[in-house]
Amino acid sequence: MAENMVTEYLIIGNSVAGVNCIAGIREMDRDGSIVVISDEDVYNYSRPLISYYLGGRLGIDALSFKNEDFYKDNRVELILGTKAERLDIDRKEVVTSKGVIKFNKLLIATGGRPVIPAIDGYAEDIEGIFTFTNLSDAKRLDGYIKRKNIKKGVILGGGLIGLKCAEGLIERGIQVSIVEMSDRLLSMTLDKDASLFIEEMLKNKKQCDVLTKETVNRIMCDGKLLSGVTLSSGKNIHTELLIIAAGVRPDITLVKDTFIKYNRGILVDEHMRTSVPFIYAAGDVAEGKDMITGNNSVIAIWPVAAKQGKVAGMNMAGSDIIYDGLFPMNAVDIVGVPVISFGITNPSETDGYEIVKERRENIYKKIVLKDNRIVGCIFLGRIERSGIFQGLIKYKIDVSRFKDELLSDDFGLLVLPAEYRKHMVRGEGIEV
Amino acid sequence: MKPRRILIKEEYCIGCRLCEVYCITQHSPSKDIIRTYKGSEVRPVSGIYFEEKGSVSFAIQCRHCDEAPCIENCLTGAMYRDEKTGRVLHNRDKCVGCWMCVMSCPLGVIKIDYEKKKVVSKCDLCIDREFPACVEHCPNEAILLVDEKGERVEKKSG
Repeated sequence: MAENMVTEYLIIGNSVAGVNCIAGIREMDRDGSIVVISDEDVYNYSRPLISYYLGGRLGIDALSFKNEDFYKDNRVELILGTKAERLDIDRKEVVTSKGVIKFNKLLIATGGRPVIPAIDGYAEDIEGIFTFTNLSDAKRLDGYIKRKNIKKGVILGGGLIGLKCAEGLIERGIQVSIVEMSDRLLSMTLDKDASLFIEEMLKNKKQCDVLTKETVNRIMCDGKLLSGVTLSSGKNIHTELLIIAAGVRPDITLVKDTFIKYNRGILVDEHMRTSVPFIYAAGDVAEGKDMITGNNSVIAIWPVAAKQGKVAGMNMAGSDIIYDGLFPMNAVDIVGVPVISFGITNPSETDGYEIVKERRENIYKKIVLKDNRIVGCIFLGRIERSGIFQGLIKYKIDVSRFKDELLSDDFGLLVLPAEYRKHMVRGEGIEV
Repeated sequence: MKPRRILIKEEYCIGCRLCEVYCITQHSPSKDIIRTYKGSEVRPVSGIYFEEKGSVSFAIQCRHCDEAPCIENCLTGAMYRDEKTGRVLHNRDKCVGCWMCVMSCPLGVIKIDYEKKKVVSKCDLCIDREFPACVEHCPNEAILLVDEKGERVEKKSG
């Protein structure tokens, strides 16, 4: 890149939010110059797929979700391996590791960075300790496993990242111990029944140990090489591999010394604007509206990043589109068990929530209702048609007339009120 | 461009399920109804959800939405828009079974192969023929083909 660049639109971050921002801008403005900078060196890849790469199911070339033509066709200057170091709001410029870029509109889509809890004996330069959120993590981990011929490892954290990482390691024949501080896996996503189901499936693999109500208290080294960990219970595990998957936090370093408002993430309004009108934020770094609770929160999931990025892009290019908020939703397949969840999955029944659920063999379904409206669900084992529930949550449909059909195996559009069916599908060519 | 779409008239559906039969046949290797059903071919899964409750029934398939969340949320790019026809299509080779499309589709019309861990079937508006097989064989015009303006398209005779 040139020492000093000038662009109409500058996007920091080249993942889901950034890519959708490009599409949003181009829907409104065919000509304005777009520059995207990324501190990674891959033109485009899908972060959630790094576990498939680790497990050997996908090669590097299969990780992209947009081909290279996407950037060419949209006339985007993509600058890789470049870190945004400082934001100067008054001068409308970003100082990068390779020069200064002046912009008219800016999107901050810097995503999240892994949380490293305080652990005795931890140092950044210890060999054998990894995080697992981006492709360079996965590549380094892959290289280390091969070089050291690793046969077992410890994963700190039993959330989605930890479990997908565990799955990748298991596929490579590595013995895994998952250490989770709470009393169950996926405690942020699922309820107890679903968590225990996944735990059972993992343990059945015989290659996986799940240690709940435990954490890593101490790291032991042999010189600068990891040799083991001590857990809070006092138990020692000899291992040359520790993966820290203890959560992700919005990467707000760029705005910390500015007057852009942030809480946990960068606060955005329903246009995805930050407190500075020509600067926008989207994706895992942004704190936007949650449709169910009505409050602002960081919902670090792909669909939110996609939608926010698109809305931000269109508004940066002069539109007046409103992000009406999404809610937490996750789709995942863990050791062969498909799981989809929406919204509030684990409320306490005393707060006026009603719960209908069913567990049989390898299937679990749970619907959470409040005032006859669905506010959350879990589908495990059988997930087809679960997308319909997303709409029922979004549009706050009164389900009192068909409540007893919600769990039925042939649940479909036909049980829904005809008016709603019409609403869902009209305009896309359906008459009901 | 906007794709052609299948218009559903649920009050005309007589519940015969011929749409499914012909969808399956059309997506089979031989495209022959006898071989598909009686032969040794692996029978494909239909791209249609047939729903029935009491005397009401209808068949629904992918609407090929203008704003398609299944494409937006696909982790691999397996779900994509065919630029020439506007159809939402699925590339099985790229699919890893992350289920993001299943989660995202508000009509719940994407089918799964739980064994192979892939999306198994969604309507492609019959990629190999001019006119969708389900519409052609519906005996009561409960499903019709309409063009991008919403006007009915009829099968050219002969």
